[in-house]
Amino acid sequence: MIRNDLNAIYVIVAREFIKFVREKGRLISTLARPVLWLFVVGGGLTRLVSPDMGMPYIQFIFPGIIGMTILFSSIFSSISIIWDKEFGFMKEMLVAPVSRFSIVVGKALSGTMVATIQALIILLLFPVIGLKLSIMQIFFILCISIILSFCLSSLGILIATFYENFESFSVIMNFIVMPMFFLSGAMYPVKLLPQILGFLSMINPLTYGIDALKYMVFPEKKLLTHDFPLSLDISVILIASLVFVIIAANVFERRK
Amino acid sequence: MSSIITVENLTKKFGNITAVDKISFEVEEGTIFGFLGPNGAGKTTTINILCTLMSPTSGKAYIDGHDCMKESSEVRNKIGIVFQDNTLDKELTAYENLLFHSYLYNVPKNERKKRIDDALNFVGLYERKNDQAKKFSGGMKRRLEVARSIIHQPKVLFLDEPTLGLDPQSRTNLWEFISKLPEKNDVTIFMTTHYMEEAEICNMIAIIDRGKLIAQGSPEELKKMVGGDVIYLRTKNNEEAIHEIKNNLKLDAEEKNGEIFISVHRGDACIPKLISSLADMVISVRLQRPTLNDVFLKLTGKAIRPETVSGGDEIKDAIRSYRKKSDRG
Ligand SMILES: Nc1ncnc2c1ncn2[C@@H]1O[C@H](COP(=O)(O)OP(=O)(O)OP(=O)(O)O)[C@@H](O)[C@H]1O
Ligand SMILES: [Mg+2]
Repeated sequence: MIRNDLNAIYVIVAREFIKFVREKGRLISTLARPVLWLFVVGGGLTRLVSPDMGMPYIQFIFPGIIGMTILFSSIFSSISIIWDKEFGFMKEMLVAPVSRFSIVVGKALSGTMVATIQALIILLLFPVIGLKLSIMQIFFILCISIILSFCLSSLGILIATFYENFESFSVIMNFIVMPMFFLSGAMYPVKLLPQILGFLSMINPLTYGIDALKYMVFPEKKLLTHDFPLSLDISVILIASLVFVIIAANVFERRK
Repeated sequence: MSSIITVENLTKKFGNITAVDKISFEVEEGTIFGFLGPNGAGKTTTINILCTLMSPTSGKAYIDGHDCMKESSEVRNKIGIVFQDNTLDKELTAYENLLFHSYLYNVPKNERKKRIDDALNFVGLYERKNDQAKKFSGGMKRRLEVARSIIHQPKVLFLDEPTLGLDPQSRTNLWEFISKLPEKNDVTIFMTTHYMEEAEICNMIAIIDRGKLIAQGSPEELKKMVGGDVIYLRTKNNEEAIHEIKNNLKLDAEEKNGEIFISVHRGDACIPKLISSLADMVISVRLQRPTLNDVFLKLTGKAIRPETVSGGDEIKDAIRSYRKKSDRG
């Protein structure tokens, strides 16, 4: 039973890895967005905005840009489930003697793998914007990236379970992904948001991920950088992941 | 012999459409069971329920003694499926598609490669094993799916229109291959098809129309239902001719698809009488021994697939040779 499920999880991730390696164009196009934001938006605003603690704006948004990379690649990777449904491959998985839970976990880990690789590539740009990170910092940033990727991939799967085709794609983009990005503290501290938006940012798992990333990137600057204790950030991410995975597995289990 | 699939009063409703309406049947182990019906009859829906993808509105279904609703993982372990629509990952190679499958079905590590190679050889795709599925023709994709469905050695194999979109030659090859499966791999086949010549291969046939089972039996039994030979007539005036046939010859005649359709006992003896009675109205005449298509026409009032398919003869040859083999065996 368990062996079955581990095999299933392994092969679902392996499939995603093969496809990821095969489609180099996809990698380049998904990396283009955070790179543009970092250098065009971040670089441009550096001249206008100077955060209180005296670091250039382009450095301030660096954790947010890593969060953005993770957000987009996790969600996109997970909603490939909609493609699987549309092209029928999902049926191949659904009639196999494996639990729905392992299909969801396999898919979530696939998203985690893809998103973490991309986050790592963006992370390695740190010297270019004048940041200094120690090996330990890089290690902890990677750890946060992994759990955040898992959390957002599970969310992506949950979203994908409610859609049968790609018509709803722009809805997901405009009403879920973009607001999640803007209300995450990536561009400015969430403290500065008006109350309603502040509340929305509190229920946004990305907020806690970016908060934890800020903690790791700027461990000594506590003023405007992070908002919550690290332990809270990590617990929220882990609990949200669990909730998303369990709900998604249950929705999968329901037959038509 | 015992039955490996049991279906009791199975019903599936989608809103106010009743796709499957209280059907019951059994399939014996080691046989080929044909599930025939026109578009929208409820064939795929029935398969979806049997293979645990859908739950029925009411009724029961068992595979090898396991309840398709309550014991889905036991059922899933025992079945293989070729769905009506393609379900390959086209970005993966043929080999990778089968490898993915063998992991999902927990095929022992040391057997994976051999089983995959055997299956690819079986469907004649071994040389193309490292090509992505998107580079395959429709027929090759279909064959790859058949190969995939037997990798885990299922006890029951569902084939939902396995020959859809294949050219006559590939269809013949595929049927030759499928007909060997029950003996060779100890598997029961549950298949649907629109090609009536292909259904000749079945040991048992069930005909479904608008969700209801309207006939069941071996191909021979079903053909007896049409009652002997059938004469097809083309005339200059069908209505007048039917009138004539009914009054003068006391035969039952109906018009279907622009032809007059007469069921008789001895067709050869009937034709001269028909011609002399209809005088010069007749354009053409042909005599047919009953086929499953006639059974279908009679039961449902429509041809299962109007256009007759070229290459039917080759299929019949393949089936005939299969029959001979199985008679000997
Ligand atoms: N998911 C669904 N939602 C609503 N109605 C459906 C659904 N699936 C099938 N139906 C309806 O159920 C009926 C039976 O469909 P089904 O696919 O089982 O037919 P079929 O016998 O396989 O036909 P075909 O030969 O065209 O494949 C049809 O009227 C169809 O419209
Ligand atoms: Mg169908």
